[in-house]
Amino acid sequence: MRTIRFLLQKEFRQILRNKTIRMMIFVMPVVQLILIPLAADYEVKNINLAVTDHDHSAYSRQLISKITASGYFRLTGYNNSFKESFAFIESDRADLVLEIPARFEKDIIRENEAKVFVAVNAINGTKASLGGAYIGNIIRDYNNEVRAKLVPVTRFNPVPAVEVTSSNWFNVHMNYHVFMVPGILAILVTMVGGFLSALNIVKEKEAGTIEQINVTPIKKYHFIIGKLIPFWVLGNIIFSIGMLIAWLVYGIVPVGNLLVLYACVSVYLLAILGFGLLISTFCDTQQQAMLIMFFFMMIFILMGGLYTSIDSMPGWAKIISQFNPATYLIEVIRMVVLKGSGLKDVLPHIIKLGLFAIVLNTWAVFNYRKTT
Amino acid sequence: MSDTVIIADKLTKKFGDFIATNQISFEVYKGEIFGFLGANGAGKTTAMRMLCGLSVPSAGKATIAGFDIYKQTEQIKRKIGYMSQKFSLYEDLTVLENIRFFGGIYGLGYKELKDKSEQLIEKLGMHNQTKKLVAELPLGWKQKLAFSVAVLHDPAIVFLDEPTGGVDPVTRRQFWELIYEAANRGVTVFVTTHYMDEAEYCNRISIMVDGKIEALDTPVNLKKAFNAASIDDVFYQLARGAKRIE
Repeated sequence: MRTIRFLLQKEFRQILRNKTIRMMIFVMPVVQLILIPLAADYEVKNINLAVTDHDHSAYSRQLISKITASGYFRLTGYNNSFKESFAFIESDRADLVLEIPARFEKDIIRENEAKVFVAVNAINGTKASLGGAYIGNIIRDYNNEVRAKLVPVTRFNPVPAVEVTSSNWFNVHMNYHVFMVPGILAILVTMVGGFLSALNIVKEKEAGTIEQINVTPIKKYHFIIGKLIPFWVLGNIIFSIGMLIAWLVYGIVPVGNLLVLYACVSVYLLAILGFGLLISTFCDTQQQAMLIMFFFMMIFILMGGLYTSIDSMPGWAKIISQFNPATYLIEVIRMVVLKGSGLKDVLPHIIKLGLFAIVLNTWAVFNYRKTT
Repeated sequence: MSDTVIIADKLTKKFGDFIATNQISFEVYKGEIFGFLGANGAGKTTAMRMLCGLSVPSAGKATIAGFDIYKQTEQIKRKIGYMSQKFSLYEDLTVLENIRFFGGIYGLGYKELKDKSEQLIEKLGMHNQTKKLVAELPLGWKQKLAFSVAVLHDPAIVFLDEPTGGVDPVTRRQFWELIYEAANRGVTVFVTTHYMDEAEYCNRISIMVDGKIEALDTPVNLKKAFNAASIDDVFYQLARGAKRIE
């Protein structure tokens, strides 16, 4: 116990004396939480639209103004032929082409039915599919309006009987920040924990100080615990700063219990720190450790369900994501912060994270060799 | 010389096909200053790392302070001090913090730690530097501090790997005074060096060539045996035959 006290004292002194680390504690949460949610947004806006209107009628103009008034589209071209409009797509001035046929108005009134044609530039898949969906919605809406005007509502008219209405739970306004910020909190904890711990033992190897430790009667697990605890404390501090920013900047306050949240983050930190320490027992230089950690970071972040839903991943990817501790943290933070899930709901996640922590740290202790 | 503190018997270390240390055998007695000489790449550091329990031998036997170097490395580590070729105190801790830390992990009590660090600082005359980061000290001071920290827990044996490399002559002399003082307290000193004048300060010296010990005796006897004027000569005669070039 005394040995650990001396080790902790030393580690804390070294960390607090390190200007870069001191700065990162504040800069990282602030920058990541303020920049990323504002910039990396799934909502597609400013879709460039080129219109070819062969009809030039009141109805066609009405449709166009309805589309542009939605705020998602920007009319970049109003042409007389499809060819001209398509040139807009080719030169990247338009993402969508809407072609309104010559008999549009007449068809609507006489035949009670008209067709428009939409061509989508699918190079940017998200923009294309969302843009296509938006315009589809707007046209359907327009359709209903026209029908209401032309066909008086009677008991016998064929207006669809089933209409879908939906309400959004837990994130009522579908605010993207509300979804993103808890995820970024998870990433923050992952990055700080992973990198700091991965670099730490390797740094001692490079400086040669590890030799001096290895000739002392220090027990291996003492040494690892001495490395673990300071970064664990640091991780919790950074997480708290992050929570504070989430509240101050986005007004996000966890619906659920704060203690449950911290319990989970604490266990998660042990797991990710164990992982970092394990990597640093395998490496001889900070460069190696950095590269390897970076490799895993990418996987952790991109396959942890932060940006893309795990439910829509292929089967093999779902299996991989189960071996990714970040998956569980991201989920738990979202559950507790947004849904207000309690300990009972997140306990399976915490147990899994606990297993990660035990396995990774034991492995790190085992793999740390005092002799070669 | 009754107490034997280091017994090495045909100690060997191989790295693949390369035999770094080839069946070296020797004994070191209590309170002795044992000089371990050899050209660069002769296998000195490898041998020393095996004796300290940092490296597992490929073959051979050895005991340190009565403990086996295969099975009892942790007991050995309580009994030894080690100062590596590379300066290995924490540069981002202060002088006093380094002393306290290493004393602490060797299990010194708080009172003992306090007294010993005061003594040490007194002896080195570093009153004004105690709160300075070690990184800011000149090399000579660093080396003296590293040595003092290595013997802080009163080890039976202290291993010094080229402790005076790059240090000025005055500081080297001061350093050797520290070594003598430790030896007088009964600490056995096992030291490697490239300075032949330092070799003359040792009670006995061994000279390694290409992984083998080619000569082992007191400086006076060695000079006689090789009909040489100085240890420098002896060393030159032996090392000239070396095939390994680092």
